[in-house]
Amino acid sequence: MSKTYEYVHEPTLVKGDHDFKSITALITDINLRPTPKAWYAAFGVANLLLLVMLVSIAYLIWEGTGIWGLNTPANWGWAIVNFVWWVGIGHAGTLISAILFLFRQNWRTAINRFAEAMTIFAVMCAGIFPAIHVGRIWVIYWVFPLPNQMAMWPNFTSPLLWDVFAVGTYFTVSTLFWYVGLVPDLATVRDRIKNGIGKKLYGIFSLGWRGSNRQWWTYEKSYMILAGLATPLVLSVHSVVSFDFAVSVIPGWHTTIFPPYFVAGAIFSGFAMVLTLMIICRKIYKLEEIMTIDHMEKMNIILLVTGMMVGFAYLMEVFIAWYGGVEYEKAIFALRASGPYAWAYWLMIGCNVLSPQFFWVKKFRRHIGLTFVISIIVNIGMWFERFVIAVTSLSTDFLPSSWGYYTPTLWDVLTYVGTFGLFFTFFLLFLRFLPMVAVAEVKNVMPQADPHNYDEEGNYIAPKVEVPEPKRES
Amino acid sequence: METQASNKTLHGVLAEFRNPKELLNAAETVNKNGYTDYDTFSPFPIHGMDKAMSLKKSKLGWIVFGHGLFGFFGGLAMITFMSVIDYPLNISGKTLWNVPAWIPVLFELTILFSAFGAVFGMFWLNGLPRFNHPLFNSERFKRATDDGFFLCIEASDPQFETEKVGQLLKNAGASAIEEVYDEEDEA
Repeated sequence: MSKTYEYVHEPTLVKGDHDFKSITALITDINLRPTPKAWYAAFGVANLLLLVMLVSIAYLIWEGTGIWGLNTPANWGWAIVNFVWWVGIGHAGTLISAILFLFRQNWRTAINRFAEAMTIFAVMCAGIFPAIHVGRIWVIYWVFPLPNQMAMWPNFTSPLLWDVFAVGTYFTVSTLFWYVGLVPDLATVRDRIKNGIGKKLYGIFSLGWRGSNRQWWTYEKSYMILAGLATPLVLSVHSVVSFDFAVSVIPGWHTTIFPPYFVAGAIFSGFAMVLTLMIICRKIYKLEEIMTIDHMEKMNIILLVTGMMVGFAYLMEVFIAWYGGVEYEKAIFALRASGPYAWAYWLMIGCNVLSPQFFWVKKFRRHIGLTFVISIIVNIGMWFERFVIAVTSLSTDFLPSSWGYYTPTLWDVLTYVGTFGLFFTFFLLFLRFLPMVAVAEVKNVMPQADPHNYDEEGNYIAPKVEVPEPKRES
Repeated sequence: METQASNKTLHGVLAEFRNPKELLNAAETVNKNGYTDYDTFSPFPIHGMDKAMSLKKSKLGWIVFGHGLFGFFGGLAMITFMSVIDYPLNISGKTLWNVPAWIPVLFELTILFSAFGAVFGMFWLNGLPRFNHPLFNSERFKRATDDGFFLCIEASDPQFETEKVGQLLKNAGASAIEEVYDEEDEA
């Protein structure tokens, strides 16, 4: 080798000429300014969709699950597909806030706050589906270890019960983690807001935070521990979700690859959703200098990597089906690719495996329009992945005489579309009232925050970010 | 400096510094001079400040560990009571004390309680939530959550003398110094 390269510095995370004050203003002014008219319009649309969801659920409770397209042999349909899809989307938020934190990926600070918000709202949307598809929703408390009229306890060896604990814990821990991160920023808004009621509310929720170093000391420790706890948690949640399928004996479900395959798919779709939301938000709220093209490029690389992992899992499933030699297992994979749902299977392959391949090219990774389109395509693909898994295995299982084609009804569609109303209602409230970027964390990764970047007189010396000359060895 | 009003109690002397570096140096100086009841305030945690202030390792880890143990063994006890003792549940003829199949639930409960410990333990150690604090009486202190860097030596410190402390902070390079009182006098 004639050349060796030294450590290449990361490009600065915050673009433009910003100091701490302008960062505070850039982010929290969004909360302090009067509500924009466009926000009301968007909120109105989200509310309408939310109403659609509420009506669909009310009718479901009134009439029963018969209003959905579920029937023997496919007794799991859109509800479970939507559940897995929404939970999966949530996983990116925790990945960004916890795993990237443990790996000291400072670029996460620009996007972690709203990715975590996305997690919480996505898990709320997800939780609705298993809750309402139990049929008798008024006895839903039977899933919790609470005394009931049957004097029975839940079956702790059932994957469906594991799901209750996994998703419940996930929602609680995500919310706590999010709130811990919010406390210093709520204090920032508290100290800047003029409105009396607002001051009281932000005051209450910032708990009297003073930014004292003795507080930061424990705070950082707590944040680190939470990140350490959330990391195995997020991996466990989608593993447990995959057990809903993998622990059964249905062909196409009963596979050991499911937990890692589901986790990779979850991160894949979650990052796509973060990108979709980020590309809109950075434009509308003029946060291009914080959520930069560099961030988008990094996320696109993750999209490429996880997309390849998902593609690998698709291949391995087929290989193991063939290598395992079980007739039904072989049959189901042949049927997926060429049977009644082949259209969904190839849609899935196209969206999830082929579409991220654009991101091998740097120019495409940094192209906003293309990224936006692919981020949506990926989420369509990931919805179809769950559809293919859930529906094909059920509608064409062991006995051809009991095969049947599953189609959703209008109510399936309306409930699903309605959950977007729930998601965006909460997301818009979040954008309006809470700092959408972690202000304190962004300041912390600016070069001005490092005491080493000041000279003896206390004047700021910007660190030189330059690519070192390659060393030549003779 | 102003003289102390009769119905106000002095909380401490608050000094503002221009940037993280000066605050870090000032904290080092105050620490070396043997003060114990002091604290620095910044919009974000400053790298190296814990060393400059000689802060002891946080006890939070032990709190979390205790909660985690409670989550795991509490969960184990709960499931054992429910599925083995109170209403023995025969699931496809397997042993009642079917611990391997309980691992997902036990794991989630361990994480859940550890997280409770990490969050509420942190708030407890930090003395939060609290309704008010004397420092909030200072108009200037509002910038501690924006771009201000402060150091406060509290009156409760055994070495505290208003003049001496003020001089020390001035020499350490403070850009502004004020006395902070515990109660705002309405009259």
